[in-house]
Amino acid sequence: MKRYSAFAIAREAARYHQGWERAWAAPTPKAHYDVVIVGAGGHGLATAYYLGKNFGITNVAVIEKGWLGGGNTGRNTTIIRSNYLQDPSAAIYEKARSLYETMSQDLNYNVMFSPRGVMMLAQTEHEVRGYQRTAFANALQGVETKFIGPEKVKELCPIISLDGPRYPVLGALYQARGGTARHDAVAWGYARACSDMGMDIIQQCEVTGVRSEAGQVTGVETSKGHIGCGKLSIVVAGHSGQLAEMAGFRLPMEAIALQALVSEPIKPCMDVVIMANTVHGYMSQSDKGEMVIGGGTDGFNNYTQRGSFHHVEETVRALVETFPIISRLKMLRQWGGIVDMTGDRSPIITKTPLGNCFLNGGWGTGGFKAIPGSGWAMAELVAKGEPGPLAAAFGMDRFVEGRFIDESVAAGVAH
Amino acid sequence: MLILECPYCGVAADETELSPGGEAHLVRQGPGSSDQELESYLFGRKNPKGVHFERWRHSYGCGKWFHAARCTMTLEVFATYSAQTPVPPKNVINAIKAKRPDWEGWT
Repeated sequence: MKRYSAFAIAREAARYHQGWERAWAAPTPKAHYDVVIVGAGGHGLATAYYLGKNFGITNVAVIEKGWLGGGNTGRNTTIIRSNYLQDPSAAIYEKARSLYETMSQDLNYNVMFSPRGVMMLAQTEHEVRGYQRTAFANALQGVETKFIGPEKVKELCPIISLDGPRYPVLGALYQARGGTARHDAVAWGYARACSDMGMDIIQQCEVTGVRSEAGQVTGVETSKGHIGCGKLSIVVAGHSGQLAEMAGFRLPMEAIALQALVSEPIKPCMDVVIMANTVHGYMSQSDKGEMVIGGGTDGFNNYTQRGSFHHVEETVRALVETFPIISRLKMLRQWGGIVDMTGDRSPIITKTPLGNCFLNGGWGTGGFKAIPGSGWAMAELVAKGEPGPLAAAFGMDRFVEGRFIDESVAAGVAH
Repeated sequence: MLILECPYCGVAADETELSPGGEAHLVRQGPGSSDQELESYLFGRKNPKGVHFERWRHSYGCGKWFHAARCTMTLEVFATYSAQTPVPPKNVINAIKAKRPDWEGWT
């Protein structure tokens, strides 16, 4: 793989950009791999990447039914933060956030990580107390956050209205090192690095069955034929339930639709991410100038990748209260993704009833920020067969034991 | 916008008038159950891609709980029916089979 650099741009400019290579290969599947990963989204590709990088396992296939990064990786609002209350969540999200800081250098691919700061607004007395508590918990966990007052909120985000018609802004939980990244680039960067290590990324290849013998997976049936595997790793977000059913077990998980929308592009007016959970809306500005807006989830089981207009109305109403400046903006497009919600709204990184089959899912509405940490933890689980310190608390046995990872920030929406 | 007909008051209610209540026909587990049974009752869900039986409440209407059979892929509603039944009634099953001949049936 030729490295991307300023020199490469100069070199290619001199020869009419004729020398760029394909970023990743388009191989035909081999008969057998050491590890097959189902799902070439951010989490699946990150799992493959850290399997190769941390454990030297490169005889790996990543199978994708659509195109890589075409599911929730390409549909989220790109927010990265790690200001969680519970220790296991803070640990894995902070690992992910710290890996994002060096991801562009690590992958030699510009993921446009922008640590512009994330504010979660406190708009009731209870929220003030809750976020102060989270700030103290974060201090103990080694996650840098602080609780700031309304004047500081206004200083960091001049377009905000502190005295909304329903709820005033009383302060915010501020994580200066949080921010955004280019979501597609994260998938593309990992895919390029995996392909470079000799892994096969097989797109347009749907898994239709899981073949097992004596409690061990032997391979998967796909639309491109049977592919044998030493270990199987299921990383398919919204379709985790379908894959689990093929493998013969059931998950404490339900699929619902979450939607987002963006406005027409405008000049830079907001260089921070703001989440307002009481009125329910969150917004940031993309590098293209669009206001990126996160909407609500539908409350019912749903596999349609679209949203519904009354949720758009609710979200936009909340944001117009918070940012009156956007009231005349036109919305450019709106879309939905299928998220997998667990009982305690925390993810599952787990062994399964099949000995050599592992599952990573249940990231619900907050998976993008976790991609590198999730891949790191999943790679360790797949390579060693036992979860490491990051994944240990996220086993699905926690639902039997009642050992939930109950996140106060995990409202089921703005997670 | 999902529109469900409330089997109690007969109103064709918009989604905004209703509250979703999750999977229907779960068998309640009590203090005598095993950990696995309780886990399955509280968190284990069929989560099908296709025909789904679920509970709804006509919150901003008559306030009654009722059941609906709906497709989670197309949002097509096959039938709504009374909540006072432990299994989907025959006419609901038939209504689904008429539109989804490949459907494997309620289990």
